[in-house]
Amino acid sequence: MEKTNLNINMQNEQDKAKELIKSHGLRVLVCAGTGCVANGSLKVIEKFKELGANVSILTQYDKMTVVPTGCHGFCEQGVLVVIPDMKITYVKVKESDVEEIFESHIKNNKPVERLMYVDPKTHQHVPDDEHINFYAKQTRTALANCGNINAESIDEAIAVRGYEALAKVIEENNPDNVIETIEKSGLRGRGGGGFPTGRKWKFTAANRGGKSYIVCNGDEGDPGAFMDRSVMEGDPHKLLEGMAIAAFAIGADEGYIYVRAEYPLAIKRLRKAIKDAEERNFLGKNIMGSNFSLDIHIKEGAGAFVCGEETALIASIEGERGMPRPKPPFPANKGLFGRPTLINNVETLANVPVIILKGADWFSQMGTATSKGTKTFALTGDVNNTGLIEVPMGTTLREIIFDIGGGMRDGKKFKAVQIGGPSGGCLTEEHLDIPMDYDNLIRAGAMVGSGGLVVMSDKTCIVEVARFFMNFTQHESCGKCVPCREGTKNLLKMLEKIVAGKGEMKDLDELEELAHVVKDGSLCGLGKTAPNPVLSTLKYFKDEYIAHIKDKKCPAGVCTAMKKVIINEDLCRGCTKCARVCPVGAIEGTVKNPHHINQEKCIKCEACLTNCPFRAIVLE
Amino acid sequence: MSAGSTVISTAKLDEIIQSFDSKKSNLIAILQKVQEVYRYLPEDAMIYIGEKIDGLSPATVFGVATFYAQFSLEPKGKYEIKVCDGTACHVRGSMPVLNAIRAKLNMKDKQLTSENGLFSLETVSCLGACGLAPVVVINDKVYPQMTSDAITIILDTLIKEDK
Repeated sequence: MEKTNLNINMQNEQDKAKELIKSHGLRVLVCAGTGCVANGSLKVIEKFKELGANVSILTQYDKMTVVPTGCHGFCEQGVLVVIPDMKITYVKVKESDVEEIFESHIKNNKPVERLMYVDPKTHQHVPDDEHINFYAKQTRTALANCGNINAESIDEAIAVRGYEALAKVIEENNPDNVIETIEKSGLRGRGGGGFPTGRKWKFTAANRGGKSYIVCNGDEGDPGAFMDRSVMEGDPHKLLEGMAIAAFAIGADEGYIYVRAEYPLAIKRLRKAIKDAEERNFLGKNIMGSNFSLDIHIKEGAGAFVCGEETALIASIEGERGMPRPKPPFPANKGLFGRPTLINNVETLANVPVIILKGADWFSQMGTATSKGTKTFALTGDVNNTGLIEVPMGTTLREIIFDIGGGMRDGKKFKAVQIGGPSGGCLTEEHLDIPMDYDNLIRAGAMVGSGGLVVMSDKTCIVEVARFFMNFTQHESCGKCVPCREGTKNLLKMLEKIVAGKGEMKDLDELEELAHVVKDGSLCGLGKTAPNPVLSTLKYFKDEYIAHIKDKKCPAGVCTAMKKVIINEDLCRGCTKCARVCPVGAIEGTVKNPHHINQEKCIKCEACLTNCPFRAIVLE
Repeated sequence: MSAGSTVISTAKLDEIIQSFDSKKSNLIAILQKVQEVYRYLPEDAMIYIGEKIDGLSPATVFGVATFYAQFSLEPKGKYEIKVCDGTACHVRGSMPVLNAIRAKLNMKDKQLTSENGLFSLETVSCLGACGLAPVVVINDKVYPQMTSDAITIILDTLIKEDK
């Protein structure tokens, strides 16, 4: 195949962009992701700008530039301020702290210790990312630029090799070669299923010639996962470049990004990125002077979890109810508007440019035998460091929770970790050392899913968690398949019964049996995986179910139905306040004598407990 | 289904439909725009759109409107409160926050809009701000690490501002 002559030299573009960044002087990076904006980062940015504008001479720099970046991942420590040239990361910065950072550190080179991260184990102040365990133990590929560049500037993206991979594939003009590289890299779909990406591209490319589409699935609906949001907000050009490379490989000239309506900032930044890329001719007609054209549109979702399923997503883009369609026909043959369609997840596409640049071998060095590269996880729950992380496939849960996550919060005891959202499962202490990859997790009864990792302590009730997920999937079931529609409803009913202390032992067998019916009898991924949280908790925490049923006790002390409100007679002074606030007249006693609660009448509203001046009332 | 008391403007609807090329595949975007204007989807508007666009019927429009959680068939409040009940928020106590809002606004279980029409309340499954759990969003402003006390103060401020 003949090479294409490009009308652009990426090396020149990169040099120009780097010059521009050099002209910024001292770069102060302030996180402007959803999390930090909520914590007031826009005010921090304004304050820095205001101070920087009034001073003409700084120690070694003639000027300072404040750069609003995408998500650094360490959301809980927000607002994050990073000054790379000074090797410093400040955490939990407020508008009122900015002046001190500016006067003390930027002007007089005296770091502000009180705004540094404090290691939860050593209690030492840690100055920069290299020494903060949360960052030091990560390998960032898909998230490499998130937090390091201005997400709204195409120049900053170009400076870190943005669109270089696209230029390379267009110039080489060998789409099959691109597919082969992706296949060789071992990249698998990061949206949950883990289907080999290269093979998916090949299937779609087999229908080259007519109209076909590239679709990016940004309908990140799993509660507890936000990596796709971070990429779209923090490095939108990488996603666009990945899409363009995929479109080139399969011969598509039109693309859609389907984004949840709950992500307004991601939508705004993507729109700007598309416009900027079109202006530079990295998207649009005859990209870089070649025959390849690509228009990308954004479709906002309207709140339906099932639309993350690829055929439901197609229906939604077409303007219909987002219900899954039977496969075959696969989207690769007959997808959007009846045409061949390639659907990839955000994180999958974000891995594509770097694979093209650094090669399939570089990528496949990372990871395990069957799962290559890195994976992002959203680490949340009862750990010290919550946030977004990226680690090589095969990293163990122990490393993630106890090194990167800094261990359990408030000295709580580790009990379980829920992986992969409502489709995933709960794993326990015995799984802490298995290398996490697609296949190991499936074997353990969970799945990588979208990569949500919710860490739970002994203060979390596992049965309640199973109920929570079932409530979610029951609500989100689209209603097409009876086993899913009715089955999830009945699974939920049984779990509610157990949590309310009314369960019977036979419910456990019925739960398991019905869970398998739902799994086997549903068309799409939602129904097929909806019972996973129930099955995995039944497998690893049967004791806890039995405690709820037989002993009518919630070992974690969460389920209120099992609790009793009790008056400690030693502490009670007989002030009668509790008896007066009780809405059901369940408290008996006379003035100046200890009162007691009639458990038959008590509705556990805790009104007495909050009103007792002597703290004599407790929940047991 | 109530007919609703909102008088719809067909001129406005035409403008919205045309801005999306009167295309069937843009139905969701059209409904989103209509809801932005009226704060809900009036029945008359759905019928109008169903009859106006080729390939649609009022029934199809109604089917799409009831499928997606974002669409509301009754008017939403001036302040739309969304309490995140995603996994991270749930584990860190989003339910006490929700209950505090209900108590403060005197809203019963499943009641969507407060008596005076000022607030509407719903739970959403994940807002992607899990590091800040539990999270509440009021008209697109994110309030991080909420507690029952903190949300009560925020609501008090909004109520005062509105007077």
